[in-house]
Amino acid sequence: MASHRTSGVVGFFDDERTLIDATRQVRDQNYESFDTFTPYPVHGLEQAQGLKRSWLPWVTFVAGLTGGTCGFGLQLWTSAVDWPIVVGGKPFNSWPAFIPITFELTVLFAALATVGAMFVANRLPNTKHRIVDTSITRDRFALVIDNPKDPDPDDRDDPKARARLAKFKPFSEGEAKLFLQKAGAKDVRSYHDEGWF
Amino acid sequence: MVTHSPSTEAILPDVLVRGGKTFADVNDDVSRPLESFPTGKWWFLFSICLGVLGIWAFSVGSFIYYGQGVLGINQPSGWGTDITNFVFWVGIGHAGTLISAILFLFRQKWRTAINRSAEAMTIFAVITALSFPILHTGRVWYAAFWLLPYPNQRNLWVNFRSPLLWDVFAVGTYFTVSAVFWYVGLIPDLASVRDRAKNKIRKAIYTFLSLGWRGSNKNWSHYEVAYMILAGLSTPLVLSVHTIVSFDFAVSQIPGWHTTIFPPYFVAGAIFSGFAMVVTLLVIMREMFNLKAYITLDHLEKMNKIIMATSLMVGYAYSCEFFIAWYSGSGFERYVFINRAFGPYWWAYWIMTGCNVFIPQLFWSRWARRSIPVMFVISLFVNIGMWFERYVIVVTSLHRDFLPSSWAMYVPTFYDWGWTLGSFGLFGSLFLLFCRFLPTIAMSEVKGVMPKEGKH
Repeated sequence: MASHRTSGVVGFFDDERTLIDATRQVRDQNYESFDTFTPYPVHGLEQAQGLKRSWLPWVTFVAGLTGGTCGFGLQLWTSAVDWPIVVGGKPFNSWPAFIPITFELTVLFAALATVGAMFVANRLPNTKHRIVDTSITRDRFALVIDNPKDPDPDDRDDPKARARLAKFKPFSEGEAKLFLQKAGAKDVRSYHDEGWF
Repeated sequence: MVTHSPSTEAILPDVLVRGGKTFADVNDDVSRPLESFPTGKWWFLFSICLGVLGIWAFSVGSFIYYGQGVLGINQPSGWGTDITNFVFWVGIGHAGTLISAILFLFRQKWRTAINRSAEAMTIFAVITALSFPILHTGRVWYAAFWLLPYPNQRNLWVNFRSPLLWDVFAVGTYFTVSAVFWYVGLIPDLASVRDRAKNKIRKAIYTFLSLGWRGSNKNWSHYEVAYMILAGLSTPLVLSVHTIVSFDFAVSQIPGWHTTIFPPYFVAGAIFSGFAMVVTLLVIMREMFNLKAYITLDHLEKMNKIIMATSLMVGYAYSCEFFIAWYSGSGFERYVFINRAFGPYWWAYWIMTGCNVFIPQLFWSRWARRSIPVMFVISLFVNIGMWFERYVIVVTSLHRDFLPSSWAMYVPTFYDWGWTLGSFGLFGSLFLLFCRFLPTIAMSEVKGVMPKEGKH
């Protein structure tokens, strides 16, 4: 292990109700960084955690528009500009015949871009952070309060960095553990972040 | 076990998982077949499928080696079993997307037990389907050269006004989006399998496949939005695919094909045949891997109801076609439909009607909807009936069109039947491999619909 510095404190819960309550309390404590880990998406947890609405729909929208425009543009350009050929007595820009492919490319671009953006937003593939505990993908719910990185020594005197730091509650391992226990966690311990391989 | 009177049953929510299972049981039950040596039942089915796949390989190999001549296609019947099989298999795929996307948007929680396997079925059915038009081009090694628009030395482009090219884009997009949707759904479950793994290599493989998923709620929040968007995109996509497949027929001038009812009729038929295939596969799968607590009789009954409903739609389409043929006043149209039912291919027409319209009516009885042997046999009949529906549409319209001097009979050869039967081997082998290596039930989604401890 590279360092003995703890990466954070994790508390385990057996049901989603207690997890949501505890998450709400942790959010109100104003820690710099914390996250919950669950075997399935728990509804109400986003609000409890104070997460913003995902921005993915915007990607879908823009990619869909791009796909549709490219699809229609390709057909129009090849059929009416690059090499116009009369087919079935139709005009060169026989746009109704171009709709099916325009639609298909709209969907194709939108779907692939959405998944691509989801990977970017979730930092997948993730090789640097091993799962906090293997029971999470089975049946346990975990709440992790992170130990934020030490500020860069060069920034120590930078007023902006200091102001940002002052907004958050400073992390203390003992205090965070105690807090999670009070919030109803069954099992509380510190953890070290490692990569997968 | 408490039995409920019908009145209380109506107000109680569905019990989606039986047998008092916990979250950990879900992981154990679903992952077990992946972690132990396959059972005798699996090997038995897999060897049958491999044998049938051999028939496919032989027929396709002969076709590629000797050329189109080994098939029964001729002038005027140029489509034969190539296109019959293509439409049949693409149609099968539609039920998977209906279950995974449309039922998701309608918040039908019972889909969680069956969506994974239904989506797998979609992907393998589309792979099987795609092989046929590619082979139908005659020289498979030229398929990309003919079908895809790319800048080339001849400065030629593909004909974007042709429904056959629309098909290339529709089925290509359908395959890509279905595969991506399926994989996105698999990520959390692959992580579950990874976290159970004892063996190092196994762990590395599933870590790689799960992309290092950690179950973080920051991830879940984007993940759920992406999943919903994919469902929203797949819904119009799946309707468009069989619509465009039906355009292959409807945009032409051939009597019996040139009708406006084709798009909805094809989509309904696709869902009908696809659900029958899902029932066939699930009855085998729940037996083989002991998943009866998750894929319950209630799930199967719901699917049987959909089979019955879509059977009625297909039956309506058959009669409507006849009515319009008469009402149109076109002699050619009338002749084609009379020829379908009473001409030389009358047997195919009545197999189609019997299997698709009459036999599924047994599902009006609750007993039939909940009896495994009955639903299994009916689902096989529907599969046969829907194959013959495509055969009837492709063959009877082409073999006698406007000019009697150009009429000819179409007789499938040994190779036609070989690759038709063989395609089931290709599909079955892929599906059995899926059951062996990937979680067949969406564990994370099932956990989401299970009753929770504590009040909610």
